[in-house]
Amino acid sequence: MSPLFEYLLRLGDDRLVLGHRNAEWCGHGPILEEDIAISNIALDLTGQAQLFLELAGKVEGTGRNADQLAYWRDENQFRNLQLLELPRGDFAFTMMRQFLFSAWSHFLLEGLTQSTHEDLKGIAAKALKENRYHFRHASEWVVRLGDGTEESHRRAQAALDQAWPWTGEFFLADDTDRQMAAEGLGVDPSGLKAAWEPVVAGVIARATLTVPTAPMRMAGGRKGRHTEVLGHMLAEMQIVARSHPGASW
Amino acid sequence: MAVLHEVKDPEVPAIDVVELGIIRGASVEGDRVTVTVTPTYSGCPATKVIEQEIEAALHRHGVADVLVKTVFSPPWTTDWIMPEAREKLRAYGIAPPGKAPNGLDLVTLGGPTRAVPCPYCGSSNTALESEFGSTACKSIHSCRNCHQPFEHFKAI
Repeated sequence: MSPLFEYLLRLGDDRLVLGHRNAEWCGHGPILEEDIAISNIALDLTGQAQLFLELAGKVEGTGRNADQLAYWRDENQFRNLQLLELPRGDFAFTMMRQFLFSAWSHFLLEGLTQSTHEDLKGIAAKALKENRYHFRHASEWVVRLGDGTEESHRRAQAALDQAWPWTGEFFLADDTDRQMAAEGLGVDPSGLKAAWEPVVAGVIARATLTVPTAPMRMAGGRKGRHTEVLGHMLAEMQIVARSHPGASW
Repeated sequence: MAVLHEVKDPEVPAIDVVELGIIRGASVEGDRVTVTVTPTYSGCPATKVIEQEIEAALHRHGVADVLVKTVFSPPWTTDWIMPEAREKLRAYGIAPPGKAPNGLDLVTLGGPTRAVPCPYCGSSNTALESEFGSTACKSIHSCRNCHQPFEHFKAI
């Protein structure tokens, strides 16, 4: 498996899985505007995933396209971060996760706009613009919930406490990351922490929340090791494609 | 290009794909016409429809061999929407985008947001209801002057 293919799967799978989790809110949002907003964010993420996976298929060169990669791989072949596969939880958890991810994704995509790979660079530049809206939307909710009522504060802090230990995986680099960075194609995620931390801490402070001190949880999403929930999520996401192979609209 | 003007944006039929600024090039080589398109948003469901309609429009004009190519770089910006199309958007009830933000820095939280003038009465006494509207490219606003809710083509 070529390192670039592997790297593109990571970029695609992060957005596909988070996009699917957010899409679960469609029709369940707390208010109509928010229902539309989460669904729009899900649409952006799924669109980005499609572009990254389509490119991955091209790089792989065996004829697989984005749909085949999305619907016909099993959980141990998915390369997403574990935080992103966790159930959507309550609204506070969904927004907290989106906030932590979008802040990280911003710096990653910004780095990728310098990639020597033209297609990768172009997709990243487009995704970066969309990501700014996601970050702003999620961080405004984090502040509103954290600095809101007693109940919303309690839920926002619980969401932060739950999500935080999983963010350690954002910054773990392996040989694939290092090789992509060395070749000028990708970004070494271990270098993103210095930029991410102050941005995240600033919003958390404004939200009157407390940064948890809990240590990092298990990792391994990049190697295809996942929590038990991913299989359930994929079963739902993939069932239509797998029940009717080759079907078209 | 005249043919491409016949292809409307399926989600904003007031303007066509050339005015929207997503046509990045068109060339004729022998019998083949190649049109280069860039998507607006990564997840925009209209992208595929637009490609099909471009092909159909050229077929209608007797071109059998059409190739629609997609490019991502440089990324589309609302600054490419043509001036006359902005007026059409306003007349259609969608507030046109302002200048796209320059920097790609993270947006400052709670900063002053520019009031979008109401496309119906022109008042600047409007409020942002939601940054996400009926399609990826629009946000929802309401006018405090004429009490009309309206959509705004987000500057990106």
